[in-house]
Amino acid sequence: MTADGVLRFAPRLTLLLMAGPVIAGLAGTLRPAFEADGMARLLDWPGLPRAAALSLGTGIASTLLSLAIALGLVAALQGGRLFALILRLLSPLLAVPHAAAALGLAFLLAPSGWIARVLSPWATGWTEPPDLLILNDPAGLALTAGLVLKEVPFLLLILIAALPQADAPRRLMLMASLGYGRVAGWMLAVLPAVWPQMRPAVYAVLAYSMTAVDMAIVLGPALPPTLSAQLVLWMTSPDLSIHPVAAAGALVQLGLVLAALALLRCAETGLARLGCRLALTGRREIWADRWLGPLAAGAGLLVVLVMAGGMAGLALWSFAGPWVFPDALPERLGLDAWARAAPGLGPAALETLLLAALSAALATGLVLACLEAESRFGLKPGGGALWLLWLPLIMPQVAFLPGLAELGLRSGVEGSTGAVAAAHLVFVLPYVFLSLAAPWRAWDSRIAVAGAALGATPGRIFWQLRLPMLLRPILTAAAVGFAVSVGQYLPTLLIGGGRVTTLTTEAVALSSGGNRRIIGTYAMLQLALPLFAFALALALPAALFRNRAGMRPGA
Amino acid sequence: MSGLVLDRLEVRAKGMLIVALDAVVNPGEVLTIMGPSGSGKSTALAAIIGTLGPEFSLSGRLVLDGRDLTGLPTRARRVGLLFQDDVLFPHLSVGGNLAFALPAALRGRRARRAAVEAALAKADLAGFADRDPATLSGGERARVALMRTLLAEPRALLLDEPFSRLDAGLRDRIRAFVLDLIRAAQIPAILVTHHADDAQAAGGRILDPLGRPVPPGT
Repeated sequence: MTADGVLRFAPRLTLLLMAGPVIAGLAGTLRPAFEADGMARLLDWPGLPRAAALSLGTGIASTLLSLAIALGLVAALQGGRLFALILRLLSPLLAVPHAAAALGLAFLLAPSGWIARVLSPWATGWTEPPDLLILNDPAGLALTAGLVLKEVPFLLLILIAALPQADAPRRLMLMASLGYGRVAGWMLAVLPAVWPQMRPAVYAVLAYSMTAVDMAIVLGPALPPTLSAQLVLWMTSPDLSIHPVAAAGALVQLGLVLAALALLRCAETGLARLGCRLALTGRREIWADRWLGPLAAGAGLLVVLVMAGGMAGLALWSFAGPWVFPDALPERLGLDAWARAAPGLGPAALETLLLAALSAALATGLVLACLEAESRFGLKPGGGALWLLWLPLIMPQVAFLPGLAELGLRSGVEGSTGAVAAAHLVFVLPYVFLSLAAPWRAWDSRIAVAGAALGATPGRIFWQLRLPMLLRPILTAAAVGFAVSVGQYLPTLLIGGGRVTTLTTEAVALSSGGNRRIIGTYAMLQLALPLFAFALALALPAALFRNRAGMRPGA
Repeated sequence: MSGLVLDRLEVRAKGMLIVALDAVVNPGEVLTIMGPSGSGKSTALAAIIGTLGPEFSLSGRLVLDGRDLTGLPTRARRVGLLFQDDVLFPHLSVGGNLAFALPAALRGRRARRAAVEAALAKADLAGFADRDPATLSGGERARVALMRTLLAEPRALLLDEPFSRLDAGLRDRIRAFVLDLIRAAQIPAILVTHHADDAQAAGGRILDPLGRPVPPGT
């Protein structure tokens, strides 16, 4: 096949690599649900109503809360200095893996955690850790908080990426000139234009929040845990007779997610209708500006503060020597924990690095091929392709990964680094595509015409003009993919069959043991790897093009 | 036979005639296509350079030095292009921009470097090879862009309002420089513009996109 032929095939291959495993895995997971009265046994399990309610409750509450904070920040503050500050502080948090964020929050909130230590004994009177269920609380409040910490930065960045197409500044100016308050003007005139673009991201956040397993293990309740966490316990159980129950549970979990998505869709329609009715009344709603701005700013800063505190706590514990309750700080710092963790830490870090480098490199290559095919052959991706792109992010992981693992087991690839990297690719691809597509399409196409008029082949235009000019966004997209792979818990656990150990699987596995110092070392490294990737993605183009003013960000 | 022949070149969109040109441009001659924006100038340009979108249908032929260009990709046409802006490649040095245009047939680092230096000297830009294009003045950038176009050894030249972004004093000088080089290179050129004085200075025939002569002074 010619290079052109291969390239033409790239978009279909990429969609196949993303949607194929989801669909095949889904079929594989759900089939046993109808065998060995899995469903009947599931319905007999007394924990089911509570586990299902936890999934729905924590998922919906955290989604609505993060959405409200992100919308509030943009509606009330965008364009101001406070907003710029919050954005600058929030965006790096996107690179923090879910497990690290959860562990950081756990280290803060636990009865023997940092907050209790700082406040004791002078404010609380505690001289030893109180017997309180703050963490892993039965209502899932800690889990909800953890999810909000991770989803606010994500939704905020998606929202900001959608803004340029919404013509926001002119619409806001128009609404202000008509006497509308800022928040009311934004909600009535800008949100309707922004929403369709951020809708898939909101759906993904809802589906993810309802089914996140790593966060639920660290922060969520036990006995019963959330439905997804319980399903994973069953799926990884050596007792094979419980597997049909797990499959039936996956079916229920899928149904719950679809029901929640349908509910959200109805809420959208209802709110849109309400908004139109409100707009017709002509009420300017200036009151909203007074309290929503400070409220959103407070919530945004709280997210930053808690995340930063959590990360600092992880770091401190990993270097802590003796540290008795209720001292606010350890007696001394040292490398004891690192030395003790090193034998396990080294191989896990290496495996994590290998998986992330492999899946990010592969994903970046595929996405570049897709985008180049799109430009070269004038292909226009339809709306269907966009939803396929979001499919792996919206489909609950517990609904298709077990089936995929089963497939891997039967074909003998289960437990290999390659199979786990392929599973990571399913989740890495959409993020790499989403972060690279906009800068790729924004590239000045006259450069390509100028190159062609000088006699350059399409290949030369790609390698010598477009690739170097887009190096920064390309490396950033690769770093995003790298960070996504580092954070993967369930695909590594299930496709790896317990034989592929990464920093993430190890940190989550250790979380129940309570050795904070060792957990701290794993979480620190888990955090350091993506940060290193992002630093490289920024530093490399800056160094290569240090003498090219036209290549600087914003030039 | 040398020169650029627009042989009943017609472009339609949704059945409507947008471009209709039937002319011969001799080596060293500059044909001007003039008209207000939206009159089909850029469509005529896209038809000649070979970047017409799928929504357009093209009929007629385009022949350059006896070679039929119709249907050839842009890179194989050997029609040089000067944009309204210079469109220099921001990641390459000035010398890198010029070397990009040099034919691959010219081998050896030293020979290529010499060709670049010679071109720069010709444009009064000696010693500029290692400069960052972003640090150049408007006039310098325009000259680099022209030299880059010429180094690819085009058999015809297409000028897309190349002077309209320059301020008045600079504009006359750059225009004279470009037109002199075209005459010296003895290649046919087409200038697309909506400025009457550019059209006058080019000194050739002036047509609108539908091939009708535009009387001087309009």
